[in-house]
Amino acid sequence: MNIEFADVTVKKGDVTVLRDISIRLSERRIGVIGRNGSGKSTFARLFNGIEVPASGAVLLDGVPERKNLRRHVGFVFQNPDNQIVYPIVEEDLAFGLKNLKLPKAEIEERIGHAMRSLGLDHLRTRLTHQLSGGEKQMIALVGALVMHPRMIVFDEPTTLLDLWNKQKFMETINALPQHVVVVSHDLDLLRGFDRIVHIEAGRIVADGDPAKVLDNYIASSQC
Amino acid sequence: MLTDLYVFGDSALHRMHPGVKILVLISVCTLLFIFEGWTSLGLGAALVALCFALSGVRARHLVAALRPAFWILIAIFLVQVYLTNIHFASFIVARFAVLILAATVVTATTRTSEMVDGILAGLRFAPSWVPKNQIALGVSLCLRFIPLLLSVFNDVRQAQSARGLDRNLTALLVPFVLRTLKSADEVSEAIYARSFD
Repeated sequence: MNIEFADVTVKKGDVTVLRDISIRLSERRIGVIGRNGSGKSTFARLFNGIEVPASGAVLLDGVPERKNLRRHVGFVFQNPDNQIVYPIVEEDLAFGLKNLKLPKAEIEERIGHAMRSLGLDHLRTRLTHQLSGGEKQMIALVGALVMHPRMIVFDEPTTLLDLWNKQKFMETINALPQHVVVVSHDLDLLRGFDRIVHIEAGRIVADGDPAKVLDNYIASSQC
Repeated sequence: MLTDLYVFGDSALHRMHPGVKILVLISVCTLLFIFEGWTSLGLGAALVALCFALSGVRARHLVAALRPAFWILIAIFLVQVYLTNIHFASFIVARFAVLILAATVVTATTRTSEMVDGILAGLRFAPSWVPKNQIALGVSLCLRFIPLLLSVFNDVRQAQSARGLDRNLTALLVPFVLRTLKSADEVSEAIYARSFD
């Protein structure tokens, strides 16, 4: 699959958060970096239509899309507490699927398959607010996976995790068959990716080979 | 804790249709106001006690359900003693306690998703302009975010306590409200991202 942003500008009130972004992305592992307030989270939110451009268009496989983007692109937020809607894990995982009006048997099958494949079956009947931070983040990921997206966007998914959970979560991300976009300040996590996009002040300032983009980013931060 | 709303189980009450439970709850609460008196309150309390016995929910959940309301009940009691008399004040507080416990029976034996289904079933014949799904989701979010808001409040209280401001209402409420609003923004984004229309 490929997603293209064509001259996309995003405004919040009078402030232009992203300006004239034009980029086409088809790689399987894409990292997004940038300083706080650079616009990278807004950039990430364009992928599944949470953010709507003030001008320009988002094209999925060459076709302009807006509302249907979320059917193809899942999203995992930084704080899973704000993503989990129901008090019991399996109820929460069924939330998105019920919105798609899928039959109960398919909902059960999708949840069961996703939980088993990530070794989380023991959490199915747990209360969501009693889970650890790492478990919550994994449940947020499963909530996206059960929707069978072609791409999943992660907005700083490891910020609230300890070292052990961070590594486990990134291993899980790396093993996903879907296209993946990860926004992160943790540059080591993005080293093995296929492409890195560097955003500053609402513009793409560097884009391409991870080693080169990351090294330049580190060098610029030391100036 | 109030935050542990649902108690896992397989009792007759757990299996009962959520719509029936909600309807009975509303009916009992209404009847307790229509037929005011210790006799009807005693019957209501007996019904709640019977339901608790049938549900298999432990007594600590009863205590936990009343604990957050304790000071409010005390305040109501004092105001009623001042305005009326000790007999009527006792009745008012006892009725509130029975209402809270009746609601606790329902929330302890009904999953949030079942509650939502029950509300949707109840709204089946509502006019088309009634936002049924939004109402049902709103109820589920209220139940889900009680523990989250408590956690946010505790975070804020501890942070302000470290600065010696734990008794300053402004220092507690301003960051609490701001964090809650920020969370609400992200929750609405997450709900949209999960295909809710």
